[in-house]
Amino acid sequence: MMLDTATTRTAPSRTAPIFELIEVEKVFQVRPPGRRFTREKVGLRALDGVRLSVEKGASLALVGESGSGKSTLLRMVAGLDAPSGGRALYHGRPIREVRAEGPGFARDVAMVYQDARGSLDPRMTVGALIAEPLRHFGIVPKAQEETRVGELLERVGLPADAAKRYPSGLSGGQVRRVAIARALASEPSVLVADEAVSGLDVSTQAQLLTLLRKLQQEMGITLVFITHDLGVASYLCEQIAIMYLGRIVETGPTDAVLNAPAHPYAAALRGAAPRFFEPIPEPLPGEIPSPLDLPKGCRFSTRCPMAQDDCRTRDPQLGTLGAGRAVACLHPLAPSDT
Amino acid sequence: MSAEATNAPAPATLPPAGPAPQAQSRKRRSIFVRRPFFTVALVIAAAYLLAAAFAPHVAPYDPVLQSMDAMMQPPSGAHPLGTDSYGQDILSRVIFGARYALVIGIFSVLIGAAGGLVIGLAAGLSGGWVEWALMRLIDSILALPSLILAVAFIAILGQGVDKVVIAVGLSMVGPFSRTVRADVMQVKVQGFVEAAHLMSIPSLQVIRRHILPNVIFPLAVQVTIRISEAILVSSSLSFLGIGVTPPTPDWGLMIAEGRDFVSFAPWMSAMPGFALALLLIALSIVGDGIREEYDPKSRRGA
Amino acid sequence: MMLQQINAEALLSVSDLTVHRGPAKILDRVSLSLAKGETLALVGESGAGKSTIATALMQLLDGAEIEGTADLQGAGDLLSLRKREMVKLRGQRLSMIFQDAGAALNPAYTVGRQLITTLRRNLGLSRSAARSRAIELFTQVGINDAEARLSAFPHQLSGGMQQRVMVAIALACNPDLLLADEPTSALDVTIQAQIIRLILQLTRERGASCIFVLHDLALASQSCDRIVVLYAGQVVESGPSEEVLKRHRHPYTRQLESCVLEIGRKDLQAPEGTVPSHDQMPAGCRFATRCPRALDRCAREAPPLTPADPARSDARDHLFACWNPE
Repeated sequence: MMLDTATTRTAPSRTAPIFELIEVEKVFQVRPPGRRFTREKVGLRALDGVRLSVEKGASLALVGESGSGKSTLLRMVAGLDAPSGGRALYHGRPIREVRAEGPGFARDVAMVYQDARGSLDPRMTVGALIAEPLRHFGIVPKAQEETRVGELLERVGLPADAAKRYPSGLSGGQVRRVAIARALASEPSVLVADEAVSGLDVSTQAQLLTLLRKLQQEMGITLVFITHDLGVASYLCEQIAIMYLGRIVETGPTDAVLNAPAHPYAAALRGAAPRFFEPIPEPLPGEIPSPLDLPKGCRFSTRCPMAQDDCRTRDPQLGTLGAGRAVACLHPLAPSDT
Repeated sequence: MSAEATNAPAPATLPPAGPAPQAQSRKRRSIFVRRPFFTVALVIAAAYLLAAAFAPHVAPYDPVLQSMDAMMQPPSGAHPLGTDSYGQDILSRVIFGARYALVIGIFSVLIGAAGGLVIGLAAGLSGGWVEWALMRLIDSILALPSLILAVAFIAILGQGVDKVVIAVGLSMVGPFSRTVRADVMQVKVQGFVEAAHLMSIPSLQVIRRHILPNVIFPLAVQVTIRISEAILVSSSLSFLGIGVTPPTPDWGLMIAEGRDFVSFAPWMSAMPGFALALLLIALSIVGDGIREEYDPKSRRGA
Repeated sequence: MMLQQINAEALLSVSDLTVHRGPAKILDRVSLSLAKGETLALVGESGAGKSTIATALMQLLDGAEIEGTADLQGAGDLLSLRKREMVKLRGQRLSMIFQDAGAALNPAYTVGRQLITTLRRNLGLSRSAARSRAIELFTQVGINDAEARLSAFPHQLSGGMQQRVMVAIALACNPDLLLADEPTSALDVTIQAQIIRLILQLTRERGASCIFVLHDLALASQSCDRIVVLYAGQVVESGPSEEVLKRHRHPYTRQLESCVLEIGRKDLQAPEGTVPSHDQMPAGCRFATRCPRALDRCAREAPPLTPADPARSDARDHLFACWNPE
C-alpha cells in the first residue's frame, strides 16, 4: 500500500492497485440525537477524505477505536456500501460497478465477518455452507465437491467430520475457522476480515493468526484486516492505517509506524496496548467525539496531549513523511519523542 | 488454490466444543422423560388421531343411527357416554366428531399458514409502499376476532364442512402473516443473508435457500400451536348453528343440541365438551413443548 | 492445596472451593488468599472457571452446588452466609463490576438515581447528602459535569462512561473487596487504560483489595500484585506476578504467556488442541492432553500444588501443580 499522490494513478490497467480509495466520503443520514419525533435528518460523516491504496499481495491492517469508521471503510471495499463522495476503485474501476457486472468481484474478494456465527446460516451444515460458494462460482465439478470441502476443512485445521455438524454445535474458534474456509472456497485473491480474531481466547487467537499468516504466505492472498489490537496488526500485516473519526491519521509500514509513531493518536494507542510489567502509561483523556459534532481544526485536538493553538483552527491533511509513511498532523512527533 | 499444498495439522476428530452427536441424540430421546406433561399430552393427541382414523372400527354404533328405544339414556354399559335426544350413541358421535375436528383444524390451519406465508414474505421482503399496503390490510383483518371473521366468510360461502375449512383458514391468514413478516424482517438483516448477497447470489436464490428455511420452521411450530385455535373456531361456528349441518357428528353441534336438555341430561353437552377441551389442552401442550424444544434461539446457546 | 499458610492478615481466604453444576465440576478445590490492599488477577481461558470464582463469592451463582469456604475477615464464611446477610454485605464490604456495564445498569432509571439509591440503602444517607456524595463520586471516577450526568439514562452514555458509573456504584460504600470481572474487555484500548488506572487508583486510596478476572496476561502483569492461573477449573500456578510470569514453572503458564502478542512480535507458536470438556476431563493432570512436557504419570495422577522455591522468602507463596515443571 502506498500513499496516493495523483501521480500513481496513471495507467488503470496492470499497475493499478487492487483497491484504491480517492478522497472517499460516506455520509449517513440520521435523526439528530435526542430528538426522536423529528423527520429532520442530519448528515453523519462516517468517512471523510480517505485516501488509500492496496497493492496486490499486500497485507493492510485498519486500526482504530469504535466510531473511527473502519467498518464503514471495509463495507465500502467489499462493495456493500457506495461512497457518498470520492471514488472507490477496484483494479482502476468503481467497485460498485464491477460488483454489479457479475460474480467475478464476489469470487475474487471474500469477506470474513466479525460475527462469524451470524454469517453462517444456522440451518445448514458446515459442509453445505462451504459447498455453497463452490457450487455458486462453479469452482469444482459436483462430483468433487465433497473432496474439496474436506480439503478446505483440513486447510483451516478442522477434521473432515466437521462437515456434518451445524454451526450451533461448534465453539467460537471453530466457527471462525468455518467462516475462513468458506471465504477461501471461492479461491479469492483478496481476503477482507473484520475483527476476525477478537473476542477469542489467546490460544485460539494464536491458532487462527498462524493459520491466516500461513494462508497469506502460501497463497499470496491480499489481506485487508480490521483489528483494534496493535499486537495482531504487527504480527499479521506489513502495512497499517490508523483511523480516527472517519479519517486516516497515520499510515505506513507497520513496524516503522509502531516503532516511531508520528501521530500523537498512534502513539497513544501504542502506549495503551498492554505490555508485560510496564506501568500503565497516562491514558488519553476523554473519549472519541461524536461524528455529528466534529471538533474544529484537527479532529484529535480535543484529546491530544500535544495540541497547540493552531491545531484547533487548522485541519491537517494526510501528508507524506518519507519511506511510504504519511501522517495527518500539524506537529508530528519526531522519532525521539516516543 | 491447491488445498494439498498445505499440511495444516488437522485433529483426527472434532474436539467436543458443543454437545457431541451422541450426547445430542441422548438429549433428544429423553424429551419424554424431561417433559412428562408433554408426553401425556402427546399420547392423548395421538389417541384422538387414531380414534379419528379408525372411527368405523372403534365406534360401537353408527354415529347417525337413531333409535327411539334409547333416547336420552344416561351413561351405561351399552352406551358408555349415554345417548342423545335422537337415541344416537354419544361415544360413537364423539369418536366420529374427532374426525371432523381434526380434519377441519389441520386443513384450515394449512390454508391459513400458506396464505400467511405468501403475504408475510411479500410484506417482509418488499418494503416500501407494498409492505405498507399489505400490513394495513392485515391490520384491518386482525381488528376482527377470527370467529367474527369466520362467521362473515360463512355468510359468503354457505354452510358445510368444506366451507368451514375455507372460512376458518381465511380467518387465520392475518395472524400467520404477522408472524411470518416478523420472522422475515428478523432473518433478512442477519449476517448470513448479507454474506450471501456479498457472494453475488441472486436475490431469489437467497430467499429460497437462506430466508425461507429460517422462516418455515418457526411457521411449522406456529401451525401446531394454532390447530387448537382452528378447532375451537370451527366448533364455535357449529355451536352457533352456522358451521356444519346436522346430523353430522360435530362436537360444536352436539353441544348446541344438548343445550336444551342440560338440566336433566347434562351428559349430552358435557361429553362432547369434555372431548373438545381435552383435545385443545393436549394440542396446546404439545405445541408449546415442540416450540420450546426446537426453538433455534434456545438451541443456539449450545 | 493446604500448603498456603493461613495468613493472619488475610482479608479473604478461600479454601477448597469446589463448584458442581450437574455432573460437571466447574471448579475443583480452588484455594487462594488475599491480603489487605492487594490486587489479584485470576487468569485463564474461557471455561477455566475464573468468573465462577467471583460469582460464587458474591453468592450470585444459581443452580450449582458449592463446597469449601471463603472467609472474609470479620464476616465469616461468605459461602454459607444467609441470603439476607449477604445482601447486606454486598455493597458494604463486597462489590462487583461486570464486563458489560450496559447490561448491569438498569435501563429504566437514571444513573444518578441508581447510585443515590445504593448510597441511601447501604449508608443510610439522607436524600441531599446522598446526592452530594454521588456528585463527589462521579467527579472521582472522572465523569465531567457530574451533576448534569446524574440525570442521564444508561443508554445515553458511552461504554466507557457506563463503566465509570459502575465503578462509582461499586465504590460508593467503600468496600474492602472489589471483584472486577473483565471490566474492560468490551472497551477500546485507550478507554481500557483509563478504567484500569481508575480502579487501581481508587482502590489504593481506599486501601481496598481487588480481584480482577482477566484474560490478558500482560494487562494482569501491569495491574496486579499476584496472579492465579486457572486451567479447566483448577489452580495450576499462583504467586506474585513477577514470580509467576518471569519464573513460571507450569507449562500452561508458559503457553498462555507465549500467546500474548506484544507489539512487534513476529514469532508465534500456536498451541494445539482445546480445553477438554467436562465429561472428558482426564483423570490425572487436566492439562496433560495438551502438554508438551507430559509424562506417563501426568495422565494418571493429578499433581498437587507445591511451593516453587521454599528457600527464597520472596517466592514463598509461589505454587505450581506439575509433575514435570520447567
